[in-house]
Amino acid sequence: MIALIDYGAGNLTSVRKALTSLGAEFATPASPSECGRFSALIVPGVGNFAATGALVGPWREAIGSAVRSGTPLFGICLGMQWLFEGSDEAPEVPGLGVLPGRVVRLEGNAEERLKIPHVGWNTLTAPSGPERSALQAVRGPTGSAPQEKGSALLETGLQGRILAGLAPGAHVYFTHSYAAPVTADCVAETRHADTFSAVVERGNVFGVQFHPEKSSETGLQIIRNFLEVTRGC
Amino acid sequence: MLTKRIIACMDVRDGQVVKGVQFQQLRHAGDPGELAQRYNVEGIDEVVVLDITATLESRQALARTINAVARQIFLPLTVGGGIRSEEDAAAAVDAGADKVSLNTAALRDPDLITTLARRYGSQAVIVAIDAKRRDDGFAVYVRSGTSDAARDAVEWAREAESRGAGEILLTSMDRDGTRSGFDCEMTAAVANAVNIPVIASGGAGGLDHFADVFTRGHADAALAASIFHYADTSVAELKRYLRDKNIPVRL
Repeated sequence: MIALIDYGAGNLTSVRKALTSLGAEFATPASPSECGRFSALIVPGVGNFAATGALVGPWREAIGSAVRSGTPLFGICLGMQWLFEGSDEAPEVPGLGVLPGRVVRLEGNAEERLKIPHVGWNTLTAPSGPERSALQAVRGPTGSAPQEKGSALLETGLQGRILAGLAPGAHVYFTHSYAAPVTADCVAETRHADTFSAVVERGNVFGVQFHPEKSSETGLQIIRNFLEVTRGC
Repeated sequence: MLTKRIIACMDVRDGQVVKGVQFQQLRHAGDPGELAQRYNVEGIDEVVVLDITATLESRQALARTINAVARQIFLPLTVGGGIRSEEDAAAAVDAGADKVSLNTAALRDPDLITTLARRYGSQAVIVAIDAKRRDDGFAVYVRSGTSDAARDAVEWAREAESRGAGEILLTSMDRDGTRSGFDCEMTAAVANAVNIPVIASGGAGGLDHFADVFTRGHADAALAASIFHYADTSVAELKRYLRDKNIPVRL
């Protein structure tokens, strides 16, 4: 049974429909103390990072504790940003902090007509290394890299359990103005005016900046991959 | 690279898709759930459901339609037509809409844009502008194009952005249903004035019209209804055409 955390940031209807269509069993825990009973956690969310303020306190502690004991966690959009230490969008609100780094505002590019918010379908590519990422300069400490990271740099394919079955260039649907930098935990990046982390994975912690529940077959495959991870737990 | 979006619009009345010419002469075009599924298979990027009657009875029918569409496709879904209040928007969102499109209500009560942007995020709020060419610019019309709002489209789009709109859906009333091409000049005027994405609508007839509105019109997305409904043009064919013109699309 998967816990779908509802903290009032946006609408969960779409995520529920996607999980249902894939045959997943899920429920929305009414209180943080229930988190330990679930085999996996999903933190969805759209909107301002300030909305994650609703998680500060008992929810943050309960989710953090579940993650430390190995329970798989999947953050979607705002839920992914929350995995990091914090965001410039609401500096006073701490993130969960299981991934090192800080979420920053994306820059547009008037000359290339690249607007913010970044809305629409964009591609996933393998992380290309620090020199290309405009967001690198402001990223936090990266911590230790996951083991599969070394080979990801050498190969052109997408690495990571969450991306199983997907090829570089796969399109997914984004809608956001803030993003996490490309850190050691990044398994797929996306380029707008800046290059940012589109997918992160570290142990049993996964996050996607886009909306898999709105990304047609590619998105459903990613949710399926997470369900596959939870089956082993 | 961010791709240009192709959006299919379904004008819905009493649970059925209909389509008119220049906002009139409606004819039936099929079941919304079935159409949406076909578009999904063909590679549509987004779907818009517009409730064109928006009476109280049709409200419940609309919720069923949204639900049916959202169950079948996992794509961004926008709902518009007669969304007058926060409650109307909440009903659409609860039924499965990812975005709501405000038109007449946004002009009458611009605070509604901000209220909904705060509640659901700007990404969930589209301001739809129906406009006609005039000697001195582009005149905004409301009430399904029947009433002159005494506003200029460019100026209103700017205000909508500043109030929290996440996208502008700009329909040329002169071109709507004519299949004579998008109004690229009007689209460019608005797209150059705002920093949020602009969806061009009204006039799609041939493949070249889409290429035009993405290049000359600087549109971020293009919306069409009838050419997709009657399978005159398949979405897949359109996207291959655009790719061959070096316009980035999701294929």
